[in-house]
Amino acid sequence: MWIWPCGNTNPIKAEVEETLKRIQTHKGVIGTIVVNAEGIPIRTTLDNSTTVQYAGLLHQLTMKARSTVRDLDPQNDLTFLRIRSKKHEIMVAPDKEYLLIVIQNPSE
Amino acid sequence: MQATGHPNDILPLTLTSATQELFGCRCDEDVTGDNPYKILRKEDIVQDMRMRAAVSDFSPVKQLVLDYPEDELLLVYDRDFIYGSSFYLVLTADAKDRHLKPVVALGVEVALEREPSEVFAAQKTSEPQPWISLGSEQEIEEESVTDSRPRLKYRISRVRREFGAPIFFSDRNAMETKDGFLECTPYQDKNFSLKQMERHTGVQTIPNLKSSSTQTQWTYPRSMCTQYEPREFSKEEKENCLQSENLKNFVNSVASRFEIAIQQNEIMDVFFDDWKALSEEDSGYGRKADPHLKEYQSFTDLHFSKDKTISNINWHPTINGVIAVAVTERLSFEDRINGSTKLLLNPSLILFWSFSDPINPQLLLECPDDVFSFEFCPSDPNIIVGGCMNGQVVLWDISTHVEQLQGTRTSGGKNIAANTNALQGFEDKRENETPVVRYCAVSGIENGHKAPITDIQWLPGTFEVSRMGVPMENRNGICVQIVTCAPDCCVMFWDIRAPRVLQTMADQRKQKVEEKPLENPHGVPNTFKHLDLTWKPLIRVSLPKIDTSGEYSPLKISLRDNTCDNHTGSNAGIDADRAHLNAERSEVAPEYALLRVLSAKQLKPLEDICTQLYAGTEDGELVYTDWKLEKDNDSGRLFSAKPSHRFIIHDGQVNTVRRSPFFKDIILTVGGWTFAIWKEGVMNGPIIQSSCSQKKCTVGYWSQSRPAVLFIGKEDGNIDVWDLLEKTHEPSQTQNITATQITCIKPWIVSSKQHLLAVSDYLGTLHILEIPWTLRSPSSNEKLSMSKYFEKEVDRLVYFEKRREMRAKEKKDSEAEELRKKMEPIIPEKQVEQILEEAMKEYEDYLSLETVILKEMGLLPDTNKVDI
Repeated sequence: MWIWPCGNTNPIKAEVEETLKRIQTHKGVIGTIVVNAEGIPIRTTLDNSTTVQYAGLLHQLTMKARSTVRDLDPQNDLTFLRIRSKKHEIMVAPDKEYLLIVIQNPSE
Repeated sequence: MQATGHPNDILPLTLTSATQELFGCRCDEDVTGDNPYKILRKEDIVQDMRMRAAVSDFSPVKQLVLDYPEDELLLVYDRDFIYGSSFYLVLTADAKDRHLKPVVALGVEVALEREPSEVFAAQKTSEPQPWISLGSEQEIEEESVTDSRPRLKYRISRVRREFGAPIFFSDRNAMETKDGFLECTPYQDKNFSLKQMERHTGVQTIPNLKSSSTQTQWTYPRSMCTQYEPREFSKEEKENCLQSENLKNFVNSVASRFEIAIQQNEIMDVFFDDWKALSEEDSGYGRKADPHLKEYQSFTDLHFSKDKTISNINWHPTINGVIAVAVTERLSFEDRINGSTKLLLNPSLILFWSFSDPINPQLLLECPDDVFSFEFCPSDPNIIVGGCMNGQVVLWDISTHVEQLQGTRTSGGKNIAANTNALQGFEDKRENETPVVRYCAVSGIENGHKAPITDIQWLPGTFEVSRMGVPMENRNGICVQIVTCAPDCCVMFWDIRAPRVLQTMADQRKQKVEEKPLENPHGVPNTFKHLDLTWKPLIRVSLPKIDTSGEYSPLKISLRDNTCDNHTGSNAGIDADRAHLNAERSEVAPEYALLRVLSAKQLKPLEDICTQLYAGTEDGELVYTDWKLEKDNDSGRLFSAKPSHRFIIHDGQVNTVRRSPFFKDIILTVGGWTFAIWKEGVMNGPIIQSSCSQKKCTVGYWSQSRPAVLFIGKEDGNIDVWDLLEKTHEPSQTQNITATQITCIKPWIVSSKQHLLAVSDYLGTLHILEIPWTLRSPSSNEKLSMSKYFEKEVDRLVYFEKRREMRAKEKKDSEAEELRKKMEPIIPEKQVEQILEEAMKEYEDYLSLETVILKEMGLLPDTNKVDI
C-alpha cells in the first residue's frame, strides 16, 4: 500500500499500482510490463534490458496478431494473446494505447 | 589361277550324264582329274546336235563347233569347277594345242621355280646381242665437253726489279672514273605488276563501334558499425503516463482477463502430458535391468601397497581417469610403536593411478607420515593438502608432473615428459620408475594437531577467516584456507598464504634471497616455501562438552553450504557475481608465494556466512557448534563457544559426516551399525535413522546424481545401496565387492553415460566400479519427492516431540488426578445428606415456579393442589 504524506495526490497511480501488484503477487508470476503504443515500456518489474527486449518483440507480435485477426474478420479484434513456451507463459493484453505483458511460470 | 571368268577360247559346258555316256566322257570314269582331256570328233557333235536339237548340250555352241577348223575338239573335264561348269570345250586349235602341250611347259616352269640357281645360271649364259641404236648416243655427244679450238696460252711476267718490292696500296674512288663500277639498278619488273581486276569479297554491316573506358575510384573497405539503443522514456514521462486516466481504465479493464488466465495456470498445467510422464517412470524397469555395480578396473601395487591399506581416495578434479589414494600401514598403535624404526625407512605415500596403466602408479607423493585424509585444491588442482598421522598438515605441488599425468591418460603407457626434473641426480637411473614428489610444505609439529588428522577440507574461495575468527570477504576468489580436525579435540583453520608479519622482513631479505640461488635439494617447487616448517594454524576451535567438562574429539566435520564439494565441483550458495569472479581468476594459476594475508581492517566482514559446523566424534556423537570465536571480555582471549547441540546416536565412532549434494541442509552420518540423516535446523534428532545392520558400517557417501540414493560400505566388504524412495527399512540392494572391510567410497561422474564408484578396501586394493543406469539416472521429480519426504520426516519428528510433551503433561495431570482422588474418600457421608437436602430444596423451588407460571397463564384451577 502506498501511503502518501500529503493527501490524495496520485489516486490514479495508486490504483494502477494496486491492480498491477495484485497481478504480480500471483503464484508463479515472474514479471509484469506496461508498454505504450509505440513499444516503449512505461512500468516494469524486471530489469531494464529484459524489459526493453520483451517490449519491443511483443509489441511487434501483438500488432501482427491483431492485424491477422482483423484481416480475417474486420469486425473482430484481438483481446488477449497467450504464448505458451517450455519454460513460461507470456500473456499480452492489447489496447488502443497500451499493452500489458505478464510472464508466468505455470508449473511451479 | 582361279579365274572367275573364263578365257575367250574356251567355253564352260555342262554335260548331262546321257551325253557323257554317249561321248564316253563320264565323270571320274572316262575322264578323271589326272586325265581330263577328251578328244571329241566334230562329226559326232554335229550328229548329236541334229538328233537332239534343242535338248542337246551342245546347242549353245552349235555355231562355234561348225566353224571349228579341225576335225577334233578337245573337251576338258573341269573337276574343280574352275570355270564354273564340269566341262569346258576348247574352241580354237591353238588353244587346243596349248592345252595339250603346256603339260611340258608347265613342267619346265615348275622345274625352273624349284631350282632358282639354275635360272640365274641360265640367264648369265645368255649371249650378248648386237646393240641397236636408238638415238641415245647423240644425247651423250651433246652433253660431253670437248675442246672446240685449241687452248690459248698466256704468259704473264713481271719486271724483275719489282720482285720483292714493297707493295703500296692506294685508294681509288670508284665514282671518279666512268666505269669504276657497274651498277645494277633495281627496276620494277613488269611481269610482276598485275592488276587484279576482280576480287571476291564479303561485306557485312556492323553497328558503329566505339571503344571507351572509365576508371572507378577505388575505395578500400572499412569496418563500420552501428549501435542503437532502444527508445525509453525518462522518469518524468513515465510518471506522466502512469498518472493518465487512460492507463487506469486500461489496466482495470484488462486485469480481469489476466486473473483468469493466471489462475488457470495455477490450477493445472494444461500442456502437461500425463501419459508420457507415466511412461518415463516405467521405462527404468524395462531396459538395463541389471542394477548391479559392475567392476570396471582394479588397482593394486605390489611394491607400494603391500601390507598396507588405503585410507582415503580422491578423484582428480580435472584430469579424467586419474585417481589418488592414500596408503597407510595396517598396524595398530602398539605395533606402530614397536616397529617405528621400520616405518621411518618406508616413507608413506599417496599413489596416483591412471586408468591407462593398472599395474604401475603414475605418481607418488611422499608424506612425512601416514596420511588419513587429503584433498585437491578446488581452484588449483595441482595443490594437494593432506593431514598426517602425527598431526602435521602437508602441502604438495604437482604442477611439474601434470603433463605427465595428462599424457598417460591420452596415450597410454608411460611417457615420462621431458620436464620431470624432480630428481636431477637420479634421472638416468630411474627413467622407468614412477616419479616421486616430495611435499613442499609441512606444518610445524608443535603448532599442529596432536592426534592424527582425520578430516581436512578446503574452504571455498568466497570467504576467508580472519585471525579473529570472523568470516571476511575473500578478495582473491580462490581457495586459500583449510580446515582440519583431529581427535585431539580441536578444529583448526589454516591459511596457505604467507602471514603478514613476515612481510617486512621478507622485503629486507629480498636482496639477499635474489642473490643466492634458492636451494632446491629435492627438486621441490618453491610454491609454499614460506610455510615450510613454520606453518601455524590461523585459529583453533575447541569443542568443549556441553554438560560436563572435557571436550569432544571430532573425527569428521562438515561445514555449511559454503564449502566446496570437489566432486560435483559446484559452489552452492554463491551469487552470480562471486561465481563470475571465480571464473575470471581461475584462468591464471595463482602465485601462492606472493599472496599475503590481508589485514583484517582491509577486508569487509561477511554477515551472511553460516558459521555452524557439524562434527562427528569418536564416541558416536554428533555435535553442532559454531566455529566463530568469541572474545572473552575479561581476559581478552578468544575462545570458542560451547556447542549448541549434541546428539548421541551411533554405537561406534562416527566415520562419515557428509552433506547431500542436492540438499545443503541434509547431512548423512555413518557410525557403528547404523547411519542417520539429519536436517540442519531440526534439533530434535535425526530425521531418518536406519535400523542396525548385521555388520558395522564403515563408510558412507551420497550418490552424485540421484538425490535418494546413498552408498554404505560395510566391514565385510559389502556395499549397501539404499534408495530412500524405495524402501527405508533395508538397503535396496547389497553387493559384495571384496573380502575385507571397505575403507572409502567415492563416486565420480565421468560423463553422462559413465558414472564410476571408487571403492578401497582394507587390503590396499582400489576397485573402480561402474554405476548402472538404474542407480545413476534419477527418476522424474526425485528431488522433489525427496524433499517432500524429508519434510514429512521432520513433521513426524515434530509431531512426536509434541506428542511426547503432551503425554508428559497428561501423565502429570493423571498423576495429579490420582493424587486428588486419593484425598476424596475422607468425607463421603456428609456429602450424601447434603445432596438429599439440596435435591428437596430444588424440588420445592420447581413446584413454586410451576404454580407461578400456571397462574400467569391462567391455567391454574381455583383450588390449590399440591402435587407430590
